[in-house]
Amino acid sequence: MARSTRRYIVAVIITGVVTAVLVIVQARLLSGVIVDVSGNGLSWDLVSGAVGALALVFVARAVIAWGSEMLAVRASARAKEELRDATVRKVLATGPYGRAGSAPGEVATLVTRGIDGLDGYFARYLPQLVLAVIVPCAILLTLAGQDLLSALIVAVTIPLIPVFMILIGLYTKGQVERQWRTLAAVSTHVLDLIEGLPTLKIFGRAKEQAAAIRAMGDDYRSATVAVLRVSFLSSLALELLATLSIALVAVSVGLRLAEGQLTYATALFVLLLAPEAYLPLRLVGQHFHAAAEGVDAADRVFTILEPESELEVVSPGGAARVPEYLALRVSDASVRFDGRTDRALEPVSFEAVAGSVTALVGASGGGKTTLINAIMGFIPLTSGSMSVIASGGAVADLSDLDRRAWLSTVGWVPQRSRLIDSTAGSRTTIEGAIRLGAPHCGDDEVWAALRAAGIAEEVDGLPAGLRTEIQSGATGLSAGQLQRIALARALVRRPRLLLLDEPTAGLDNVSEAAVVNAVRRMADEGAIVIVVAHRPALVAIADAVVRIGGSRQSPASPESTESLEIELSAGSPLAVAVGEW
Amino acid sequence: MVTTLGPVRAAMAGERRMLTVAGLVGALASACAVALLGTAAWLIATAAGAPPVLTLTVAAVMVRAFALGRAFLRYGERLIGHDAALRGLTGLRVRVYCRLERLAPVGLAGFARGDLLTRLIADVDSALDLPLRVVLPWAQAALVSAGTVAFCIWLWPSAGLIVGCAVLAALVLTPWAAAAVASRSERRMAPSKALLASAVVTALDASADLIAFGEQSTATRRIAAIDAEVTALSRRSSAALGIGSGLGVLLQGLAVVGVLVAAIPAVLDGSLQPVWLAVLALLPLALFEVLAPLPGSALAYQRLRGSTGRLDALEAVADPVTEPALPLTVPAGFSGLELRGVSAGWAAGDVRALRGIDLRIRAGEHLAIVGPSGAGKSTLAAVLMGFVAYEGSIELNGIELSAAGSDGIRERIGLLAQRSHVFGTTIAENVRLGRPGFSDVQVWGALAAAQLDDSVRRMPGGLDAEVGPVGMRLSGGESQRLALARVLLDPPPLLILDEPTEHLDGATAQALERTIRTSTGGSTRITITHRLRGIDLDDHVVVLRDGRIEAEGSCRDLAAGDGWFAEQLRTERDELEMAELIAGLPVGVAVSRVPTSGQAAFRG
Repeated sequence: MARSTRRYIVAVIITGVVTAVLVIVQARLLSGVIVDVSGNGLSWDLVSGAVGALALVFVARAVIAWGSEMLAVRASARAKEELRDATVRKVLATGPYGRAGSAPGEVATLVTRGIDGLDGYFARYLPQLVLAVIVPCAILLTLAGQDLLSALIVAVTIPLIPVFMILIGLYTKGQVERQWRTLAAVSTHVLDLIEGLPTLKIFGRAKEQAAAIRAMGDDYRSATVAVLRVSFLSSLALELLATLSIALVAVSVGLRLAEGQLTYATALFVLLLAPEAYLPLRLVGQHFHAAAEGVDAADRVFTILEPESELEVVSPGGAARVPEYLALRVSDASVRFDGRTDRALEPVSFEAVAGSVTALVGASGGGKTTLINAIMGFIPLTSGSMSVIASGGAVADLSDLDRRAWLSTVGWVPQRSRLIDSTAGSRTTIEGAIRLGAPHCGDDEVWAALRAAGIAEEVDGLPAGLRTEIQSGATGLSAGQLQRIALARALVRRPRLLLLDEPTAGLDNVSEAAVVNAVRRMADEGAIVIVVAHRPALVAIADAVVRIGGSRQSPASPESTESLEIELSAGSPLAVAVGEW
Repeated sequence: MVTTLGPVRAAMAGERRMLTVAGLVGALASACAVALLGTAAWLIATAAGAPPVLTLTVAAVMVRAFALGRAFLRYGERLIGHDAALRGLTGLRVRVYCRLERLAPVGLAGFARGDLLTRLIADVDSALDLPLRVVLPWAQAALVSAGTVAFCIWLWPSAGLIVGCAVLAALVLTPWAAAAVASRSERRMAPSKALLASAVVTALDASADLIAFGEQSTATRRIAAIDAEVTALSRRSSAALGIGSGLGVLLQGLAVVGVLVAAIPAVLDGSLQPVWLAVLALLPLALFEVLAPLPGSALAYQRLRGSTGRLDALEAVADPVTEPALPLTVPAGFSGLELRGVSAGWAAGDVRALRGIDLRIRAGEHLAIVGPSGAGKSTLAAVLMGFVAYEGSIELNGIELSAAGSDGIRERIGLLAQRSHVFGTTIAENVRLGRPGFSDVQVWGALAAAQLDDSVRRMPGGLDAEVGPVGMRLSGGESQRLALARVLLDPPPLLILDEPTEHLDGATAQALERTIRTSTGGSTRITITHRLRGIDLDDHVVVLRDGRIEAEGSCRDLAAGDGWFAEQLRTERDELEMAELIAGLPVGVAVSRVPTSGQAAFRG
């Protein structure tokens, strides 16, 4: 970026110098022609050459105007592209418990509108700033050669303009920040409202949220107008300084011309040049507000991009090669979220070995999902460790493993899968969703995975088959069908470790049986399977059960667990019903 | 390609008066700028003839007055204009939200999340450009140009006409040329940017899935590709802008040189006073500065058509439910609900999710609608909530649903959905959603009924604990219990429970279902479930399969049969065993299985 930027700055400076020269030449030619005709009474033939030259100057200025526009937007577009890409990469890597999961709307606003604000800085403000240095200097030098008093007026007032700008800029800085925060809050809140629209409608509160949006809009307006009042004040100061100085110069040369201290030609030349000295500075003032917004957004982006940024939630992993592991060992692993007094996951220890199914059971909210997410690396452990054990008995800590390589051996089915294709496009087909797990697998492998997940027949029955689009929202395929597609997505990778979070939630008996069989088969084929189970069908195929959450009781005595006769709990209505049949 | 700018114009119309004031003040400011240079030119040209100083004094005062006027009037114009436009903007945002409200949830199924956000925030924001960057600059430029050209024509007609032609070209031709070059790119800009925002949100939403499957880079590559398209579009726009401002400078030159060519002979033959030559030559210089923003405003207009086209599209989506013009009031309480031959689907012409349903529920009755997933149970709930249109007849308290209007229906029917949204605010505000006036005591009561009170007490801040964006800090079970507390705060006369315990484990779910039964015992209840544990022995049960009623009757009758119900019952008996099993297990350590005679058994 630095190199293209430097080249761009050089081009802008050259443009500035050429513009300054053209402006001076134009003023000289125009004043010369007017004075020659109306003062000296020269004939048309004698001035026609100058008029022709004047026309050429205008043509040259037109070309410069066209070229600098192209130059500016090109350079800024490139800088924007690079910033966007870096930001998205960085945020995406923070995972569901980082900024990616908590504020996608805010990040989207920053990446689109925020970074677009850089146009104001890069394509408008910066070149204008360069012009604002070169053009006034050149004109000042020219003026000094013509009329010292006018040069003095301009020389005194021009430096005042940046002084004002700096003072007012310092004052607006905090306000621009506040305005941005309001806008970000509006984005997040509105997204929350839109997502919750069905719930709001059910409770008859949807219509009145219009008032809340109006109130937010008013907040945003008052914040914006507060910023504008000051930033317009800055341009008022600039305009005032500029126009009053021009008036001062005009009146002073006019009066001295009347007294015969100046020639008509000099007076007119000075009058034409003076406004041109202020014009670039006035335009700087015009672009200043937009630039401030852009700089603010850039600051935000750079905070995200800083290497030691605290956004990093997903463990970056190490460089260690992933061994051909045969077991996953969890030792006293626990998780506590910031700001919570209780642990999200109480210490847990177990070893899951290849060829076996380990069921995680226990009350809801006990930390089963947290444990799965910790194994995935989305949440760091507060204490304890997790490691894989290779066939030779070598132990490798998960945090030392190459993250990508490690995850490529894992098949993961979360409670709520986002079924997307690898491009995360808005229209995903069943096929695309499954190939996220294995981009290069053939159709037969996709079908095998669908069969293993117990959904092949249903997909085959759809009019578009594998190419059926998975709509956003719940109106396309049923939750149970989506869940099995997510399972197929994990199975198609032939994972060494299969992590399943309630894979049979929302399924009827037939589909449940299909999923249970698939899970058992994966274990029998040598995978390590860890499954969060709420239902007996899944526990029934488990080789080991780990109870997560709840009070930490002393382990039950061996006698009572050795052969457990299970009876229906007397209190439940269904038990009563069953008892009666 | 006709866009009406309808929604934007309608929203801005309310602020027309203040916008007119801003336009007039702005025109005066521009007029001051032109007059400043014109008067200064006259002053100097006159001074060259060494007149009495008094003649010059008036001009000198005017020059200073124009300088002051220009700066202050411009400040006023910008402040008034922005305030009025931002007011109009809020109106537009509310209008768009109301449209979304009409469509949700069924009508919005086709829009991705990020896309909606962009529609509401960015598209609406860009509407600001209509008054500020299009209408006001153009109106001011036209007014000031007319005045200046008239003055020039009065001075010397042929010179004035030349200035007039150049100005007309700058007013019309330059914006047109810029727009012609950029029309496609500017109109595609808003959709492309929306696509970019949508892609970013979708990718971030799916960050866990992308990381897990190692496909982050593919997603970021797609985002980069969309961004490259946005860049290409903005390059094209910059070309147009460059052509526009280049043309502007050319026309300025044309006007200045044209005036010289027309007026110099007149000065030389004495028909035009020499003093006016300077004025005639300098006026176009100042005037074209006023015209300089016009190419940019033409592009802004094009862009605006792109983004308002998308707002139009939102308005064009068919309403999922036709609301009656004069909704009938559904009598308070609950006296009966009757469905006769009801069919429905999620979209018009869709495969019917429900086909010819006949159902009847009386006051105080408890109805259970069971069946495998995809049988049409949730569609039925959506129909009853007024989210989806239906064929056939549904009478609530003797009033046809379609004649009552969906807001009226939802005053009488409450729903606890499979996935209720948890708002990014406090626990208390989430519970109070339906009844904002209820006291903390009542909120605690509802939380206790939903068995969430203990967890809330442990949270920092208690009732005022923030649940985080989209309820991130709550577990799935906690979120659902929060949603239950919301309903239990003030139970509606008819309550529909759509698998409320789906994501809870056996023990918690059972306890919760007991609570639901006791706390909603008085009201009429429809329980929708594919798990039988959620229903009461004395519920009237309807088995739904493939959108039709397969069987109907008491639990006892259905259990004795050989249909879906009986099979499901057998499975769920196993599940109870599971709960017992878990209760006996130690916490946090593995217990492995030992094969025994047919019974599942685990040993430490």
